[in-house]
This record gives sequence, C-alpha cells and structure tokens, in this order.
Amino acid sequence: MKSSATSSPRPYSGFEFRPARDAVAVDPAGRRQNTGAPDGHGYHRITLPSIDLAPAVQAREFDGIMTRHAAWGRIAMDLNFSNKDLAFQTEVRTFIEQELPEDIRDKVANGYRLGREDYVRWQKILGKKGWLAPHWPKKYGGSEMTAVQRYILGEELGRGHTPRLIAFGLRMVAPVIYTFGTEAQKKELIPQIVDGNLLLALAQHEKDPGYTKGCIKMAAKAQGDSYVLNGTKMFVLDANIANTLIVAAKPSDADVTLFLVDAKDPGLTISKIPTIAMDNTCEVIFKDVKVPKKNILGEAGKGYETLEKVMTKAAIAKAAEMIGGAKVCIDMTAEYAKQRVQYEKPIGGFQAIQHYMANMMIAYDTIYNYLSRVAWMVDAGEDASLSASILKAKTNENYKFIVDRAVQIHGGIGTTREYPVALYFRRAKAWEFVSGDTDYHTDKVMDRVLTALPEW
Amino acid sequence: MAQHLPDDLREKVRNGLNLKREDYVRWMQMLAKKGWLVPEWPVEYGGSELTPVQRYILSEELARGDAPLVINQGIRMVGPVIYKFGTDAQKEKYLPRIIASDDIWCQGYSEPGAGSDLASLQTRAVRDGDHYIVNGTKMWTSHAHFSDRMFCLCRTDPDVKFQEGISFLLIDMDQPGIEVHPVPLMEGTHHVNMVYLTDVKVPAEDLVGEENKGWTYAKFLLSHERIGIAKIGIAKAQLGKLKQIAANEPEGGAALIEDQDFRQQIARVEIDLEALHHTELRCIMAQARGEAPGPEASVLKIRGTEIQQQLSELLMQAVGYYANPFIQEAREYGWNEEPVGAEYSATLGANYFVTRKASIVGGTNEIQRNIIAKAVLGL
Repeated sequence: MKSSATSSPRPYSGFEFRPARDAVAVDPAGRRQNTGAPDGHGYHRITLPSIDLAPAVQAREFDGIMTRHAAWGRIAMDLNFSNKDLAFQTEVRTFIEQELPEDIRDKVANGYRLGREDYVRWQKILGKKGWLAPHWPKKYGGSEMTAVQRYILGEELGRGHTPRLIAFGLRMVAPVIYTFGTEAQKKELIPQIVDGNLLLALAQHEKDPGYTKGCIKMAAKAQGDSYVLNGTKMFVLDANIANTLIVAAKPSDADVTLFLVDAKDPGLTISKIPTIAMDNTCEVIFKDVKVPKKNILGEAGKGYETLEKVMTKAAIAKAAEMIGGAKVCIDMTAEYAKQRVQYEKPIGGFQAIQHYMANMMIAYDTIYNYLSRVAWMVDAGEDASLSASILKAKTNENYKFIVDRAVQIHGGIGTTREYPVALYFRRAKAWEFVSGDTDYHTDKVMDRVLTALPEW
Repeated sequence: MAQHLPDDLREKVRNGLNLKREDYVRWMQMLAKKGWLVPEWPVEYGGSELTPVQRYILSEELARGDAPLVINQGIRMVGPVIYKFGTDAQKEKYLPRIIASDDIWCQGYSEPGAGSDLASLQTRAVRDGDHYIVNGTKMWTSHAHFSDRMFCLCRTDPDVKFQEGISFLLIDMDQPGIEVHPVPLMEGTHHVNMVYLTDVKVPAEDLVGEENKGWTYAKFLLSHERIGIAKIGIAKAQLGKLKQIAANEPEGGAALIEDQDFRQQIARVEIDLEALHHTELRCIMAQARGEAPGPEASVLKIRGTEIQQQLSELLMQAVGYYANPFIQEAREYGWNEEPVGAEYSATLGANYFVTRKASIVGGTNEIQRNIIAKAVLGL
C-alpha cells in the first residue's frame, strides 16, 4: 500500500483512488466511463454504473456531488473528490494552519485538558468564517455546504489537532430548535449557538443507562405553570462546561418530555466522571429544579420521538468520528510496520503482519463506504434510522478490531501511554457505548427487519 | 492460604489493585518459610521434593486464592541459571538472598531496538582489567524501579553472529551509571521501565558461565519451568468473578446471567478454559514422567492469553456503561470514595488494558506461532 508523498492534499479515502483532477473519460451521452486501466496504485476507480440519467443530471455528477434522480431509481455515486472539493480541502487545511491558536494546538496535540474558554475561543473563530454550523439553513446562520464538504471539513478538523466541537448544540439540538422550537426559543438560542457562545449538553441516561423510552424515569412533577425535576442523570457529556442542559424527563401528566434547564440552576450538582477515554462526562443530580413550561423543547409528551431523531444523527456522527480514528490507526500502523526493523527487515515484510493489515483495510473500507452512503441519505432527506443503526453496530465491531490489530502490530510500544495508538484503543472501547451500543442497534435492526415477517 | 494469606493482600489481588514491593516481599517470605517459594529447585539449593504435579497444584491454588503473583525474575529465572551454570561463589552469594527475598531481581533483556529479535541486542560490555564496562539501554524492564539487581544480556563480541557474542552478567542496580525511567502503560500504571546504563562497572566475577555463551543460558532460562505460563488459575478466578458480576447486573428485568446470549459467551470461554486446562495437565504429566518440557509452552501461552483477553472483554461488557469510569485512585488500596456504579466495576477498565498486553509480552503470540510452526511442525 503505497502512500503518495506529495505535499498537496490527497483525497482522503479508504483506498488510494486516483484523484479526480485527472482527465475523465465520458461517452457521447456524457456518461462517465470506467477507463478499465488501473491507477498508479494498482486500484481501479470505483464508479457505480448509472442508467439513463438525463445529460443535465450527469453534468452535475461531474462535480463529484453525490446525487440521485428519483425517477430513474438508481443511485450514481462517485466516491472521488471533485476538483472543487479538493480545492475546498486545501482551503480548510490552510485556514486551520493559520487560524488555530498555537496554545490550543499544543494542548490538543499533547492530550492536555482543555477548558471551556479554549473550546469557545476556537468555536468563535470557526463561527466567524461561517464554518461552525455549516449544515444549517442559511437563514439561521448556516452555509448549506454539501455532505461531502462537511465531511471534508470534519476530517480536516480532526487532522489538524483542533479541539473537538461541542457538537451537541450545533449538530443535534439546534436543528431541533429551528424545526420544533417556539419563536422565542429560536430567537434566544440560535444566534448564541451559531456564535459559539452557547454550549449545550444532553442529560438522557440515568442510573440504569439505556436508550429505550422506558429508561427515562426522572420525575417531572407538574406545579402550576412549571415542572419540578428530581433525580440523577449519568454520563452527561460536557455538562460541566455547558450553559444549558437538555433534560429528558417523565412528567406526571404526560409522556417523556425535553426540558431546557440552565446549568447554573442552584438545584443542580454537577460532578465529572473520569473515563477510560478521557471523555468529559458528568453525573448531574437534580434537587427540586423548577422549569417553567415555556422551556419545554418541542411538544410536551413527544420528547422521546424528538430524541430518536437526534440519536440517529448522533449515532452517524459518532460512527464518522470512529471511522476517522480507524483510518488514522491504519496509517500509523502501516508507517510503523515499514520502519520497525527486527530480524533485519521491516516487520511489514512479514506475511502475518501483512495479513493483519489487509484485514484492517477490509474492516475499514466496509464501514467507510457505508458511512458515505448514510451521509448521503441524510443529505437527501431520507429516513436513515435503520442505516444509522447498521452503521453504528458495524463500526463498533470494526473499529475495535482495527485498533486491536494496531496495538498488536505495534507490539510493546502500542501498550504505552505515550504512544498515540493506545489512546485510540481506549476510545474504541469507550465509544462503543456512546450513541448506542451494539446490542441496542442490533435490536433496532432486528425490529425493523422482523416486522416485515408474517406471524408463524 | 486461608490462614496465612493476609487479608489486605487478598483484597488487593481480587480487585486488581496496585501492589508495592513490600507486598510482594511479605508474601514471598511467607511462602519461603513454608518451603513453597522455590519448590522446583534442587533440594541442595533450598528447593523441595514436590513432584511436578504437586508443584502444579500449588501454583493453581495460589492463583485461585487471590495470592499475589511472585516476582519471577529471581526465583524462576536467574536463580536456576545460577545454580546450573554459576560458580560456587555466585551460588553462595546470590541464592540465599533470592530465597530470603533480600534481593529483588529484574530482567535486562529487551532493548528499544531488540524486542522479538532479542539476539540483535546492542548493550555492550567491554572487559577492562577485572571489570566489564557496560553501556546501553534496556527496555520493558519490569519493576526495575524497586529492584536490587538485574541479570543482563550484553554483547561482548560484536564481530560474530548475534547469538554467539552475548554474555550473561549480574548487575547491581544501586550504583552510578544506572538510570531507571518509568514507562507508563495505557492504563497509567508504572510497571515497566527503560534502564539506561552508562559506563557501569560490573566485576568480572559477576559473569555467569563463559563469556559469549550467554545466549545458551538465556535459552535455558526461557524454557525452564513453564508451568503456570497459561495462568489458568487466574483465568478461573476471573471466570468466577464474571459469573458473580453477571448474576448481580440487571438486564431487562432479570440478571444478566439469565440472558441467553451472554450465557453462551460465558460458556464458550469456560469450555476453552477447560480444554486448555487439560492440555496443561497433559504437559505436567509428561514432565512427571521425566520428559523435558518442549515447545508446547507456546500453545499454552497463546491460548492462555487469548482466553484472558476474552474474559477481560466480557467483564467490561457485563457492567455496560459502568465500564467507562476510570478513577486512578480507585486502584490504590484504602480508597474509600464513592465508586461510580458498583464497587467491582471500578478497576475493570484498568484490568482490561493491563490484559491487552498479554498477547505481546513474554514473546508475542506471532512469535509463539512461529515457534510452533518450526519446532513442532518442522515448517
């Protein structure tokens, strides 16, 4: 597996596809042709055949945008980046190199803890460029980037030692607010989120953690025009730096409902739980926390349905993060195998190691390509909940497999704290449970698949 | 054991807490008093007359009863080398101190550039009068930070084939020129170290056997007394713990142990463990008949470590989300803060990461497979 040594950005894909900047063969109808000739790395370009798409649609295809024309029923996906996308990748990379403050880059690169101030500072820089909430509708402050561009942005942010975005508000909740929120909530919250100032956290799990509706038992007692919340929420990511918590609770007079709660409420006790992957997760104890009815998010009693939509996206986003990590592990391991010499040759020359690496590539390629498909589905507005479950379940398994092999190939050094491989190993273990563990998602897939069967 | 194993030690081992030098020494001295510390040594040097089967039973019971693992470097590794190849002066000087646990030994074998390919080691020992001057770096040296002595493979002849230019030196850790740097592992424990040797003076009488014959002694050490390499006793203790936890953990209204899927996974590991146990017993019986131990140690090592890793994985799964919290202080004895989740989940995460290295240390499982292919199958 040769990696190109060019300094300009390569398309960031599973196999080393030939970059789209090379000439593309097209037939008279404008359909893209598989040239049949292998690229410089010995791999053929992958273009799924499209049938009878109108020239206008195909012309759009050549920009590399994944597109579909409903009437023709077949999906044409080109997994190469177009010239426009490559240019965008360069733009993002340069921006990060120039605009990311040195002290933040150092902290992230060395694994030091970041404070709220660091996160907000970076989010504001991104916000000014319009890249903090790229997927939002323009009228709420978004930039309406394509899925591919958002993916490129996400990958470059991951590569460039930037602090992770406190994504919950940006990616999950804000769409809920601008779709289901009251005008007052939209007006108050959206500008602050887009600005980078307002951080949100989701309080969902309780002492018996789980993702099903029945797991949400926290009491919300109706009292005049408020509700009073009592109980404990566990594993709340970023509760200790958030301004607002979104709390899923069970009112006495309705089904599960989402409440917006000020993180500074005196009835809250927030304490950090150190975790194996150093995630910033917390325990939040609620004692007589009073929430006015106007702070209900969405419809009362419909909280779980809203949450499910959020969870679908969260699962996909987490899977994407894991898949990015898997790629880094593969690259790191390949580099190591090429350099580490034992018995007078690089260990990458031994067949056992080669087979391990090949299996890692297979595992990665599977989930990467599936992620592309699911991301496209989200973009196209399709119902991605089943696919999200398939993706997260498979990613859980494959990421763990890949990182496990990575540690094994690195040998002793892969088990030390100083070397990065171990961090990915810990993350693979911890993130198995974030946004749904394998059992939960497998059950969901089973439910959807088995409902189609007749009763025996 | 029920009478003499101190409660605090039992608890530390059962819960995977950190052990200190004093803990090991305390327990090893108790075993020594019973004549159980070096049972496989010849009687004339302080060993016992226990048969291989009895020695096996002893090691199994110690593991099952949550006794600390003894520090092998002295009693299982350099001790036998000294009584087999050493001079009378070396035997008199070092063997009693090993049995009394007055000397804790560490193993100067691997280097940053010599892991699986140990023979390519570069630490140099140059004869100068009645001393050797040693320069080099040793890696992965377990508990070098509290060891008194190190047995060290050094290159004394750089001009011959790797294996033919190595000598076996006994080095005093408490002297200038030796620097011990911790290498924290992924769960944050300090167990292994990097040892820098700069112009370390080693008296010539601390050379074991002949110069340049060190590789022979090293090979003897590695193949000697491999009983217990599969760590089956520990695996059985872990399996018991797993079943206990699964019986406690809630899962959809019942206990986790009622869950079909989880039960099957536990059953599978138990079956594998039983099969490995019987393999080990056959090896013990062969030894009892006087046959020399052979490459079957590789089989035991591979399967033993794979089962350990499966068990640690299942333990993590058993506690679900509560596998995530990781409180370093919880791994110290006497920590009495509120754990996050059940008490038993506090150290599972650390244990999981500790077990990850089992398939790498002591000869990676890939190397073990190579050994089987060559030595057993003749490939």
